[in-house]
Amino acid sequence: MPANVARQLNPIRWLGGPMLLCAVATLLLTAPIRVGGLQLPEPVFALVPAFAWAMIRPSVLPPFALLLLGLYMDVLWGGPTGLWPACLLAAYAPVLVLRNILAGQSFVIMWVWYAAACALAFGFGTYLLVLDSGAMPSLVAVAWQFLVTAALYPLAHTLIERYEDADVRFR
Amino acid sequence: MSLRDGPFGTLKVPLTWTAAVALIVAVVAALAFLLGDRRETLRASAYDQVRRAADSVTRPVGEGLSAPVRWVGGVGDYIGSYIDAAGENRRLKIQVAQDNQWRDEALRLREENARYRALMGVKTDPPIPMVFARTLTDARGPFSNTRLADAGSDKGVIEGNPVLAEHGLVGRVTGVAPGVSRIMMLTDTESRTPVMIARTNARAILTGDGGPTPKLAYLRSHDPLVEGDRVTTSGDGGVYPRGLPVGVVVKDLDGGWRVALDSDASPIDYVQILLFHDFSQLIAKASLEPKTLPTAMTEEPTAATPVPPPVKPQAGATAAAKPTTGAAASPSAPGKPAKPGEARPGEAKPSAAKLTTSKPARDATGAARIDAGAHADRARQGASAKPAADAAHKPGGKPPPKPPAAAPLHKPTPKPPKPAPDQEAAPF
Repeated sequence: MPANVARQLNPIRWLGGPMLLCAVATLLLTAPIRVGGLQLPEPVFALVPAFAWAMIRPSVLPPFALLLLGLYMDVLWGGPTGLWPACLLAAYAPVLVLRNILAGQSFVIMWVWYAAACALAFGFGTYLLVLDSGAMPSLVAVAWQFLVTAALYPLAHTLIERYEDADVRFR
Repeated sequence: MSLRDGPFGTLKVPLTWTAAVALIVAVVAALAFLLGDRRETLRASAYDQVRRAADSVTRPVGEGLSAPVRWVGGVGDYIGSYIDAAGENRRLKIQVAQDNQWRDEALRLREENARYRALMGVKTDPPIPMVFARTLTDARGPFSNTRLADAGSDKGVIEGNPVLAEHGLVGRVTGVAPGVSRIMMLTDTESRTPVMIARTNARAILTGDGGPTPKLAYLRSHDPLVEGDRVTTSGDGGVYPRGLPVGVVVKDLDGGWRVALDSDASPIDYVQILLFHDFSQLIAKASLEPKTLPTAMTEEPTAATPVPPPVKPQAGATAAAKPTTGAAASPSAPGKPAKPGEARPGEAKPSAAKLTTSKPARDATGAARIDAGAHADRARQGASAKPAADAAHKPGGKPPPKPPAAAPLHKPTPKPPKPAPDQEAAPF
């Protein structure tokens, strides 16, 4: 296999670009916006690359990129430091293990798998929060954020489609 | 020689394994961050430099993001007010008529309260200084409910300051940087607020869970709630002053109790940060200063017990007419004899007499009352604060001074002295 094929997967493009977009989108939605007297939902954009990066290829960099993204979210949202990095990695790890099974499945099935990864992240976050603060978060609030995050799969699909074939070693 | 030319040059590590190792390292780092987090504490050190710097950076970004939101909201309100002008006018006329009745009632009650306060000598809490701020960002997820406000340490804001919105309590400050502060909302999962039910004074802890209506936990009486009860801060613990409006009790689907927050009645765009540090702000500073304690006395019969010098009855009556704070009025303090007229009929215990003599002035602050209570405790515990009259009954003890200080302790005077004119109850 020629080495230049692997080099086509530029880390700045497949890691840096999505990271930046997630950070900006997360920041934009922290604005105190109300539509019709109701607050806007707050999806976790970082779960999109967490799923897509694991599907594209295994790499050393994505776990640390997710760590940084999670810390950024914790600082921006004022939550417990380390909570969202752990949640993002909880979604990334099983997808990385199961990527050979998941690869090549249809759009709808992949959406279901993405939703399952999101559910795992939110479940792990709930568990960690119970351990950390001793309080059970409202399951309605967790379910609401899970739904709006699960609705973001088309973005993850776009990212996967764009870089899935960039490194032929991991097809 | 480069590594590639050495014996490990041909060694190939599967990328999947290196990715797994990187994953484990990242997970360990995340958990270490989580274990080291102390967000729920009020210590300034818990809010580390990284968060302060991040909040300072977020402030201009948040201002830039929230400005168009406010403009769009303002345009919407402007257009909406035109469309709804006639109906709103009708509603407002009805409301003004009702408010006039309430205003008259409020004025009457205010005057009545002022008279009662004057009669009882109640000293009301001084107003707490506050700063106004605009909220810049809003984190509203299930795991964290916080906001950034554009007032920080440069305006005197510190960790723990309560935050009020237009209609009620919002939360408290958990992090401060110059020009910006982080507000933990009442709905945050780590928020615990001591509250009370206004109708019954029942205490509870308002516990946030990421939802819009926080739970009432640790209710301290048997079924004390009715739907619609008002909830205010209780002041227990000293983080919040007492009486800040919080919300209304509602029943949960599972039978528990929750609170519909007053602050949700309108957007929390502007907030007031109360510069409330602790209860020492609400009382006179002078009363907190250390006072001269009475001379220590022992139960040892042979020990020399200081005896207050005999005082003329006229002087005692004068002292009774102008009571002072507990320390100053202690019978053991030289030169400050007990006031003979203040011992109530039937009180035979020296300690009770001591408690009475150390009663502070009627208009004294809470601290003065605490001081009097401390004296009473010492008197109950015995020797160190017993008056000289008690020691006189023990073998070897010195006789009590005649007659003013000791006489009221065992033979209460049938008629207490007439209080001074300034202590008399004013007629209604």
